[in-house]
Amino acid sequence: MARVTRRLIDFWLMTQPSALTARGLTRDFRGFRAVDAVDLSVAAGSVHALVGPNGAGKTTLFNLLTGFLAPTAGRIEVAGRDVTGLPPERVARLGVARSFQITSLFGQLTATEHVELALQSDGWKFWRSVKLLRRHTARAHELLDLVGLSASRDSKADSLAYGQKRALELALALALEPTVLLLDEPTAGMGLEDVDRTVALIGSVREGRTVVMVEHNMNVVAALADRVTVLQAGRVLAEGSYADVRADERVITAYLGSSAHAGH
Amino acid sequence: MKLKWILLPAAIVFALWLPFGLYPAVAVEILCWALFAVSIDLLLGYVGLLSFGHAAFWGASAYATGLIAINWDWPFPLAVLSGAVVATLIAVPVGYLAVKRTGIYFAMVTLAFAQMVYVIANKWSSLTGGENGLQSVPRTITDNFYFYYAALPIVVLGLLLAWRIVHSPFGRVLVAIRDNPSRARALGYPVHRYKLLAFMLSAFLAGLGGGLFAMGHRFVSLDVLHWTTSGKAVIVVVLGGIGTLWGGVLGAAIITRLEDFLSFSGFDQIGLVTGGIFVLAVLLFRAGVWGTLAKIPARLSRR
Repeated sequence: MARVTRRLIDFWLMTQPSALTARGLTRDFRGFRAVDAVDLSVAAGSVHALVGPNGAGKTTLFNLLTGFLAPTAGRIEVAGRDVTGLPPERVARLGVARSFQITSLFGQLTATEHVELALQSDGWKFWRSVKLLRRHTARAHELLDLVGLSASRDSKADSLAYGQKRALELALALALEPTVLLLDEPTAGMGLEDVDRTVALIGSVREGRTVVMVEHNMNVVAALADRVTVLQAGRVLAEGSYADVRADERVITAYLGSSAHAGH
Repeated sequence: MKLKWILLPAAIVFALWLPFGLYPAVAVEILCWALFAVSIDLLLGYVGLLSFGHAAFWGASAYATGLIAINWDWPFPLAVLSGAVVATLIAVPVGYLAVKRTGIYFAMVTLAFAQMVYVIANKWSSLTGGENGLQSVPRTITDNFYFYYAALPIVVLGLLLAWRIVHSPFGRVLVAIRDNPSRARALGYPVHRYKLLAFMLSAFLAGLGGGLFAMGHRFVSLDVLHWTTSGKAVIVVVLGGIGTLWGGVLGAAIITRLEDFLSFSGFDQIGLVTGGIFVLAVLLFRAGVWGTLAKIPARLSRR
């Protein structure tokens, strides 16, 4: 029965238009091919996990998809629109938001100011008071509540604990109201409790959007992902549902075999 | 916060009293350098960009203002404003190329352009007077004492503009870019364009200062474009306090007064003293005079 359900889900996903597509995506670093002819099609409304051992090219692929790196070859489409070579700010404006693996915030701004900054779309008004941003404060507080940061609204990012910084990362990405949300290891370095909270949170914010996530924690992948792409040495090793991929011989040798130690 | 309402009237009274307590010419010089320093701090303190070529904007505006006053005899505020606009226009190509670099490379690009402007001003002597500079720039308010009060509103408006920029949505984005440019881009902010606008606004403020400087001295010498002028502006900001905005004003007052004092006492190695102060500021109180003073109330209330 489960098998039939899975096939049905697979079929349903196939009929969905692609929210994010990569074709033959390749990136070289001084002769080293970090991402090698990757084809990726992320169905609209799905949660798509990218897994693979360290150095498999997951973060490079993220950087390519969000415009932080230009591909050596290949093509990227967001909802059918060619975005290859666009700078990151343009990709972001097209509704693709990302979080960063290594937490990446603005040290001197408070949590609320961070989210206000993400909500503010027009920052050109140098003759207006910063109080103008207060129209975003209510929404900023809502988002901070959502990710569990209500108590730390007015703390500077530098003074937040690690888990809180990760939560703020997520709030920032959500503030952009993205259609495609790319999360780079959203649970990395978190304690069990925080992991559960984050899984629940991603589960709730996926409504109405497409989520692509790099994730090492297989429990998180199992809980959230509709589809899993396994990367190894810059190439797609396997793709399918979590159960399919898990059963794949190549994947077991390449990745899952060694992940028993890596589950932090 | 209440301290603000003590400091502000005190600053106004001090600014109005200044030409009574100092040589009016020195007081005018402090005003000009205050704008120049704040223009540097806007970039250094709030965008994290160290310009080592701001003499190009200060000096270009000084020349433009001087030429306008000599040839067309415009009222001096209009001449100064036009000079600042010229500086802003020059900042467009310079900034366009410079903001794509950061750190020492940004400083080098700005320095290189400033040197180019210096050479052009030196060689184009039919326009700029070359080594002789622009002699006898006309001014209706001949007395420096009164000129100080005529210049003060322009400087105050310039400082208010800087304050508004820093405390605006735009300023918030600038700080975000300073702290983490990649993240700012991921939030959809075109970082280069923001930096370019900040660079132009900074050049405008430097230009206001340079134009007033030309009117204040009633001549323009090639020194206004020399790289040591850029260097002095950076020293003033570091001494006053990077990222404090008003620190630049304080630094300008201290350095200008000190230089005046030294030159009157017959000591001709002024650079030795200002250089020494710079080293001390960097080694001992990095927050600068303003930054160090600003910490005192917090420290007292903690006790």
